[in-house]
Amino acid sequence: MRARVADRPRRPPTRAWLYILLLIMALFYLLPMYIMLVTGFKSFDEVSLKTMWNLPSGLAFDNFVAAYEQLAPHLWNSLRLVIPTAAISAMLGSINGFVLTRWRFPGADIVFPLLLFGMFIPYQSILIPLVQFMRTTGLYGSIPGLALTHIIYGIPITTLTFRSYYITVPKEMVEAARIDGAGLLETYYHIFLPVSAPAFVVVLIWQFTAAWNDFLFAVVLTNPENWPITVALNNLAGSQIIAWNVQMAASLVAAIPTLIIYIFLGRYFLRGLMSGALKG
Amino acid sequence: MARKKLDKDTILAIILVAPSILAVLIFVYGFIAWSMRVSFSNWVGLLPNYEFIGLRNYIELLQDPRFHIDIRNTVVFTVLFVGGCLFLGVGLAILLDQGLRGESFFRSLFLFPMAISFIVTGVVWRWLMNPAMGSRMSGLNLLFDSVGLDFLVNKWHTTPQWGIAAIAIPAIWQMSGYTMALYLGGLRAIPESLREAARVDGASEVQVYRRIILPLLWPVTLSAMIILGHISLKVFDLIVAVAGKQVSLDVPAVYMWTTTFDGQFYGRGASIGILLLLSVAVLVIPYLYQSLREESTS
Repeated sequence: MRARVADRPRRPPTRAWLYILLLIMALFYLLPMYIMLVTGFKSFDEVSLKTMWNLPSGLAFDNFVAAYEQLAPHLWNSLRLVIPTAAISAMLGSINGFVLTRWRFPGADIVFPLLLFGMFIPYQSILIPLVQFMRTTGLYGSIPGLALTHIIYGIPITTLTFRSYYITVPKEMVEAARIDGAGLLETYYHIFLPVSAPAFVVVLIWQFTAAWNDFLFAVVLTNPENWPITVALNNLAGSQIIAWNVQMAASLVAAIPTLIIYIFLGRYFLRGLMSGALKG
Repeated sequence: MARKKLDKDTILAIILVAPSILAVLIFVYGFIAWSMRVSFSNWVGLLPNYEFIGLRNYIELLQDPRFHIDIRNTVVFTVLFVGGCLFLGVGLAILLDQGLRGESFFRSLFLFPMAISFIVTGVVWRWLMNPAMGSRMSGLNLLFDSVGLDFLVNKWHTTPQWGIAAIAIPAIWQMSGYTMALYLGGLRAIPESLREAARVDGASEVQVYRRIILPLLWPVTLSAMIILGHISLKVFDLIVAVAGKQVSLDVPAVYMWTTTFDGQFYGRGASIGILLLLSVAVLVIPYLYQSLREESTS
């Protein structure tokens, strides 16, 4: 209410500063992207340390071809890993989330905290038994073993994501279905499943990204011929033989699937991140 | 009749969720118990050996110079990483809350590193932070040098003692956008009328943020600290991608991996795993307890 109100709106110059700040920050986030792109599209002849920050003179694909030759089998491994993992995780999560929403069973008060904490554990604390288990069952080294691992350790987050979504389904609808004589499966199929699409997208994206980007389970549980892309990329980057320009192209190749998902389905991706972090 | 139907559904419900709940009980909690047993054992080499040796693995770890490096690195990394993410996160969120043009574009831009694996981030940043000097100079050092900022040229993660600080940079690059998203959610939940009221009372824009908005964002800060803190305790891929297995940049998760699977010291590896679990539990359990209570009362 005092006179100071009058000298406050000095808006235009500060706004210009805000834009400048925004652009500087944007540069920071784009820097690695820039170096991957400009290096990737240079021809082998044009690659040189001195000019690494310069734009390429034209579009060449030498680096991508070389990177793809190195990574192709591992890209395929990652796909074989990620697609069944995401699909099975989503189905399990949906069924679990549904049952745990509709059914207040004895012991529910214990199950939720146990599930929730299961999302946060450092996997180093279960790694040795996991490797022993995989060796005993003969799954060690294989993609199915790794997929099973991701599915099991994904149960907490997929279940809780679906549950937090299903909780918003009106009780009256469920009640009406029950009065009409619908059993558990009919209620799921006719009431919950039709409205589940957004939750499915969130969970599919989440598990796809988690399995695609995972390194710890992959490096411990797979043989070199079954290495997914992250392990192969790390190995390629650690070797002295592969030139840095091919490494940059290879990094972009490894990042592209999840980047595409982010660009087209970013909204859902964000929702997955938030539900993973904040809600139970 | 109705009674019978209920029973059938109950049995079906149990059949549907039992495999998942059992899997979590066995693979999470059963395996933790199994790891504890290994951590109290003398298991060295490929063949399991559960001979009980009490806390010897833990005591040896606490006297192990490499584990001392790990703890120091984790502390330095955590302070810089969490601090950097919070600072950038709240700053970017406030910046994006000013109703600037292109807001949603910038928001997506700051967030996209979240979609990328720590391995890709690590491989690219290792190259950007290349420590070579002189004619082999490259990456950020070359950029600094060519634009006259040569005082910024440094040895990054190969700096003696403080190399771990450089690894916090890619980690902040990757997670600060996420922190921003948490803060934006918090900012959007603050009613505009509160800010208006403060402005009417003569508060400057800076005061509105310092006195009203930031205190209201404290719960977000707390959640962010816990989420980022537990990521920091578990940091593994990024270190491996940037630094490989160098002892000077070692952290507990990397030590656990190399000592168990390269060195075959299963007992020691398990005890590092259990210590990691305990540290995460101390950080996360009070927070989970709180949020579960809030959920049941709301």
